[in-house]
Amino acid sequence: MDCPSLPDFTAATGLEEPAFTEPWHAQVLALTVHLNEAGQFTWAEWVNRFSTVLRQHGAERSLNGGEDYFNAWLATLEAFLSDRGMASAAQVEHTRAAWEEAYLTTPHGAPVTLKQV
Amino acid sequence: MPHDHSDHPHALLPPEPALRVKALETILRDKGLIDPAALEEIIDTYQNKIGPQNGARVVAKAWLDDDFRAALMQDATSVVRDLGFYGRQGEHMVVVENTPDQHNMVVCTLCSCYPWPLLGIPPGWYKSDAYRASAVREPRKVLAEFGVILPKGTAVRVWDSTAEVRYLVLPMRPQGTEGMDEDALAALVTRDSMIGTGLARQPEGGAS
Repeated sequence: MDCPSLPDFTAATGLEEPAFTEPWHAQVLALTVHLNEAGQFTWAEWVNRFSTVLRQHGAERSLNGGEDYFNAWLATLEAFLSDRGMASAAQVEHTRAAWEEAYLTTPHGAPVTLKQV
Repeated sequence: MPHDHSDHPHALLPPEPALRVKALETILRDKGLIDPAALEEIIDTYQNKIGPQNGARVVAKAWLDDDFRAALMQDATSVVRDLGFYGRQGEHMVVVENTPDQHNMVVCTLCSCYPWPLLGIPPGWYKSDAYRASAVREPRKVLAEFGVILPKGTAVRVWDSTAEVRYLVLPMRPQGTEGMDEDALAALVTRDSMIGTGLARQPEGGAS
């Protein structure tokens, strides 16, 4: 196995960098923590699934720990919720499309809300 | 390319994964499985309230108070809980102390387990495949990438975090810090020094 080249670690060693680079990274982490705290799954169950997905995603290319890390996180949560019957893939796609439609049809500056779907 | 957002006829469309997260939230909220206020509070906590300043406080106290340090080494989970820093996932905290003989370094080879209550959300490099793979295999090379060159006689020990056990490195107190108070000492404790990929800062004007 090739040794992956090390990223420039020193570029990001300050205390000042933001915890999350994208709002949705914070949202998906908070959602997971909330479901854990609400007793939907243990953290060990989460780590077990998440590490498996990270391994799968990392098999094709070296993950940089940024966007691709949270993509793996989201994929883990979606699969978990689907397996538990809490949110099926079809439901998620239907609701995602509804949100997209809501953004595209809401005038700029107005609050975006979802019509009943 | 900069552009004027006011030209948009409609609201700016968030990226695709953001819409998928919104979809999950909507579905779970409609089923009564999540509380939007609790979600907001969690985001606020991780975005604004917890971070390396918590761990730095613990390290500064340990440098100043031998009894505190002994208790911390014995049972970090309950000592940091008393300071208000506790793991929301019920994990145990273990503090590993750097000495002239042994330098400690933390990784999570599984995913990205990290002492959230003490250090906040891990930086991107901690979550990267490159760090996770190379920290265990060639820790000295990784340390060199961070600019940390240890004396030949110092052994490096790498601690692999899990869902149940999270490690915090207690860095060595820099020379020239005698008489400094807790706040001044805490300011010398960097996030990386508590992961073990850095050392505590030298005080300004102090010995180098």
